[in-house]
Amino acid sequence: MESIKDKVAIVGMGCTKFGENWDKSFDDMVVDAVYEAYEDAGIDSDDVQAVWIGSYWSNLPAPSQPLATTLKLDYKPITRLENMCATASDAFRNAAYAVASGACDIALAIGAEKLKDSGYSGLPTDDIAMGLVSTAPNTFRSRNFTAPGHFAMMATSYFNRYGLDPDEGRTMLAKIMAKNHRNGTMSPKAHFRREITVEQVLKAPMIAWPLGLLDCCGVSDGAAAAVLVRKDMAKNFRPDPVYIKALQIAVGPSAGYMNPKNDWTSVEETFRAGQAAYAEAGVTNPREEITMAEVHDCFSITEAIIYEDLLFSQRGRCKEDIDAGTFEIDGSLPVNMDGGLKCFGHPIGATGLRMIYELYKQIQGKAGPRQLKNPGLGLAHNLGGTPGGATIAVSIVGP
Amino acid sequence: MVGIKSYGVYLPYYRLNRPDISKAWGGFQVPGEKTVANFDEDTLTMAVEACRDCLNGFDRNAVDAVFLSSTTYPYAEKQSSSLVAAVLDLNRTARTIDVAGTLRSGTNAVRLALNAVKSKDASNVLIAASDLRLGLPSGGKELEFGDGAASLLISDTDVVASIDDVYSVNNEMYDVYRLAGERFVRSWEDRFVREAGYGTVVPRAVSEALEAFGRKPEDFAAAVIYAPNPGYLGGVAKKCGFDPKKQAIDPLWGMTGNLGSSHAMVLLAGALEQSKPGDRILWVAYGDGCDVVSLTVTDEIEKIAGKRSVQRMLESKSVTTYQKYLRWRELIAVEPPMRPRTEPASAPALYRDRKCGLALYGSKCTKCGTVQYPVQRICMECRSKDEFEYYAFADKKGKIVTFSHDNLAVSPDPPTTLAAVDFEEGGRIMMDVTDRNPSDIKVGMPLEMTFRKFRQTEGVQVYWWKSRPIR
Repeated sequence: MESIKDKVAIVGMGCTKFGENWDKSFDDMVVDAVYEAYEDAGIDSDDVQAVWIGSYWSNLPAPSQPLATTLKLDYKPITRLENMCATASDAFRNAAYAVASGACDIALAIGAEKLKDSGYSGLPTDDIAMGLVSTAPNTFRSRNFTAPGHFAMMATSYFNRYGLDPDEGRTMLAKIMAKNHRNGTMSPKAHFRREITVEQVLKAPMIAWPLGLLDCCGVSDGAAAAVLVRKDMAKNFRPDPVYIKALQIAVGPSAGYMNPKNDWTSVEETFRAGQAAYAEAGVTNPREEITMAEVHDCFSITEAIIYEDLLFSQRGRCKEDIDAGTFEIDGSLPVNMDGGLKCFGHPIGATGLRMIYELYKQIQGKAGPRQLKNPGLGLAHNLGGTPGGATIAVSIVGP
Repeated sequence: MVGIKSYGVYLPYYRLNRPDISKAWGGFQVPGEKTVANFDEDTLTMAVEACRDCLNGFDRNAVDAVFLSSTTYPYAEKQSSSLVAAVLDLNRTARTIDVAGTLRSGTNAVRLALNAVKSKDASNVLIAASDLRLGLPSGGKELEFGDGAASLLISDTDVVASIDDVYSVNNEMYDVYRLAGERFVRSWEDRFVREAGYGTVVPRAVSEALEAFGRKPEDFAAAVIYAPNPGYLGGVAKKCGFDPKKQAIDPLWGMTGNLGSSHAMVLLAGALEQSKPGDRILWVAYGDGCDVVSLTVTDEIEKIAGKRSVQRMLESKSVTTYQKYLRWRELIAVEPPMRPRTEPASAPALYRDRKCGLALYGSKCTKCGTVQYPVQRICMECRSKDEFEYYAFADKKGKIVTFSHDNLAVSPDPPTTLAAVDFEEGGRIMMDVTDRNPSDIKVGMPLEMTFRKFRQTEGVQVYWWKSRPIR
């Protein structure tokens, strides 16, 4: 099996402001993200040879064909795909594979989502898609499904297994959220840009015990895009392209929902996707070799367990690293330099490319006040589904 | 000998203190408490629970028929007994009948069952009576009515009590009634209801019955007589020749309220639990007439000495509030949460899920023995394809692996407690935990299965299973 390492380069990226974009439609955000990427790469729509667009709930049932109209991508192949909350990472992966195969030289990957036209808080549910029209749930859904309800079960189990009382456990998690908000103040495109204290996180209204409101990321609108080319062409577009080192996706068999061997203190899909990505990129000691990471902090507990599943921290001991400041922006392994989902919110189909956008800007030295000193390999971890059954994308990029 | 082979009782976990209702409206202070079905329960789910208690330890394949009785079926057109038969996984050839329309429907069903068994049309008939009746807020009926269900297995073998004689009269009058399509029970003036109705019809029917049976009141260890409240019962028991303090006691009113068509059956179950071989019991139900049944307890009763169905249901309880009760019964309009609309249920999907959804069957791999839910055509352990047998989870016990208390999930009783439940004999199902106090929920807590209502959309009431702390 061949590796994707150093076959494909990113030569342009765009990302909208994430937030409650009341004055922007799905199409508006796609146009803004794509044209920023065109401009960054120095191309126009005539140069694009194929497009993969990821969206989960927006413009259903047919986002592919209307995109040709919106972007005037006349008579080009356009494919819409979804892979739950890891949708944008998969659009990126498909576009990269097309370039690596030689099927096209210049491909466009887009992730976009419009959630705030819905009129309610939290994510939409789609009872038909989730198999809830029947009496029995399908494999991976229980009744009354909400995201915080499911991720909170990971916190309950983690606290129980590692002997953290709820106050200790919640304080550990609150520190992660306070970190991400400190970083978010330096991100002009973030939805939320104010600092929060550990105490505020602990005192916030309870959403799904043991997770409070500030343990949860927001719901927002946004879009991001990337222009991908063959490695040997990259320098024709710009002097500082960013190269793809690994693209891995692991889709789990819903062990958390069905298999008593799973205890909800780890997401096996993250571990597996991480292992595969490290192997593909030639990383043997992730804690030392990965210089920065954007990870899927949809909830505070998710980020904590990601540290362990990606081998940044030892099993059951992420608290030590959190307390030591390891993942702070000035720590030895900064995580969520841009503020993460916590500050950007989570437009489902866009998030994965927003993560890669931050790594891309960091590597090019264009991350403004949150710029790291010597960014090398950067990892993006994008989680789809829930801890009970997940789609995990781990992408590694570097200079 | 034809009689009762087994019985079961279901009383909801929640109680409402009557003074809590009186306090809200500033009316009479009425003592005691009443049973209140949770928001996820209805007549049908309570009937299922009572039947499960009744059939515990018995072969379900031996049940030839199931007759339900109630005045409050969830559907006006669509049979509840066939739905119950599917939930209980009874034989496809089991006869199903819904007896309806009267508080006497429980004993009506017993008469039908008795005739079916005597005529050799059936050997084992499962009966359940269940009611969830509503009185208008602030009225006497709201204080009086409780929710509950009971079940009997009528058979010609191994009976714990033989049914020796039955006597019935019908009686046309407007004492207690409700038009089709209305929610709240009405009644005429109390004096008329008591004097011309209950107080006249019951003594007369009992006296005629005793004469027909060739029995005297003193022949009976207990007279189990339905009455809407204790005030009605004392005078009538005396009129019938029974000692109201020794023979004709109704302990339920203060603890459960008037359980409608299941009331007499729950009382009978309680009387059986306290009986000894040779005891005679006179069982009387009232409503649009009167049914009088004479039973004799057999030696078989000693085999079920530890059953304690009634006592267990009375003792395992928690008090809820009148405010919650009003919300659960949709007696007040509350602002809906800003959450996605609920999709209508799909009839074909429900049809496909009868076995796995309604009867809670998963699969057990015949190659490696792994138990899984829902049914997996490809085994999650050994990957063998279509090598499984159906595996029933409904009567298995589990424990909490992890849980959360979700305030975002839409529920009339937030938070929704969601848990990963591992079963003692294998398998895991994600389930709501109902009838629980959130602060009592812990990892490792033992749970049992309970059949419940889920969403209702466009005329379809969806049912599935939840877990609950063991009662």
